[in-house]
Amino acid sequence: MNPVAIAAVVAVAAGITWGLRALPFAALAPLRQNALLAQLRITMPLGIMVILTIYTVSGIDATGENVITYGVGILVTAVLQLWKRHVSISILVGTAVHMALVAWIG
Amino acid sequence: MDESTREPVAADPAPTESAFSVAVPVGLGLFPLGLAFGALVVHAGLSWWWATVFSTIVYAGSLEFLLVGMAVSGVPLAQVAVSTLLVNSRHVFYSLSFPLHNVDSKVGKAYATFALTDEAYAVTTSPEAQRWTSRQIIGVQVFFQVCWVGGATLGALAGAVLPLDKLDGLDFALTALFVVLAIEAYRDRPDRVTAAVAVVCAGVALAISREHMLPIAFAGFTAVQVWRARRHPIEVPAAAP
Repeated sequence: MNPVAIAAVVAVAAGITWGLRALPFAALAPLRQNALLAQLRITMPLGIMVILTIYTVSGIDATGENVITYGVGILVTAVLQLWKRHVSISILVGTAVHMALVAWIG
Repeated sequence: MDESTREPVAADPAPTESAFSVAVPVGLGLFPLGLAFGALVVHAGLSWWWATVFSTIVYAGSLEFLLVGMAVSGVPLAQVAVSTLLVNSRHVFYSLSFPLHNVDSKVGKAYATFALTDEAYAVTTSPEAQRWTSRQIIGVQVFFQVCWVGGATLGALAGAVLPLDKLDGLDFALTALFVVLAIEAYRDRPDRVTAAVAVVCAGVALAISREHMLPIAFAGFTAVQVWRARRHPIEVPAAAP
């Protein structure tokens, strides 16, 4: 594989990503006092995280094994987070349970 | 960016601990995800150090997973550009709540925007985060990137020597991370309608196009939220100036 070609992929993706993150501050930040944007600002985070969660499992085929390994993994993660509220423990235990199930039935 | 008219936010020594008590668990969650990414890089046939290069320079978790496949198959750069625009278009909204105005230097601002990942956004949406100092914000972001790059590099090195099936399922850490961040966002603001709107938008987007699920879902979700906000304006505590 040509390293120059891979470096070009890295450069293009990095440049566009940075632009998407930096440029809106010039356009949107002066409008922070705008009531509509203020309301969006506080309602967006929950929706964005919900959509990202669904996105991460959207590429997976709905086979019986996957439904169990992902379903149980998500359930364990969510229950731990609701109960103990330790972000790293929820992620690590949830991932470990999922990996154990994949090794066992996957 | 006109920062000159803004009042500097008073430095408050107390929140240091709270900034890091929020950030450390999320950073620790990023680490296993980095391991998975590093292993994927080696598995795709690239040298291990590409994991370090990708995670340092692109630094956009979910996009990096996609990019590895594109880099290996040699797709045209235009396709890389379009995919990046689509997958990362959500970052446009992050400027609404990220406390960039608290970051003082130009270099600091440049890094803060560069490192404005989903996780950095998620931990800075709370009202307390609006009072974080420049040091705390940059410190949290550097910590996240060290966890991510460190995980990716170790994962690639481990992937080069370990049989890969030992790492099967490690990428679930990304799902677990977003589940946790969604629960915490709900705790900050229990809003079942917004959660339901997001689920429906994601479902509709998936039905339209699996490949372009993210931009469709975000566009739909934003449109519905704008419509809801227009119909039922709520009292919102003033944003940091």
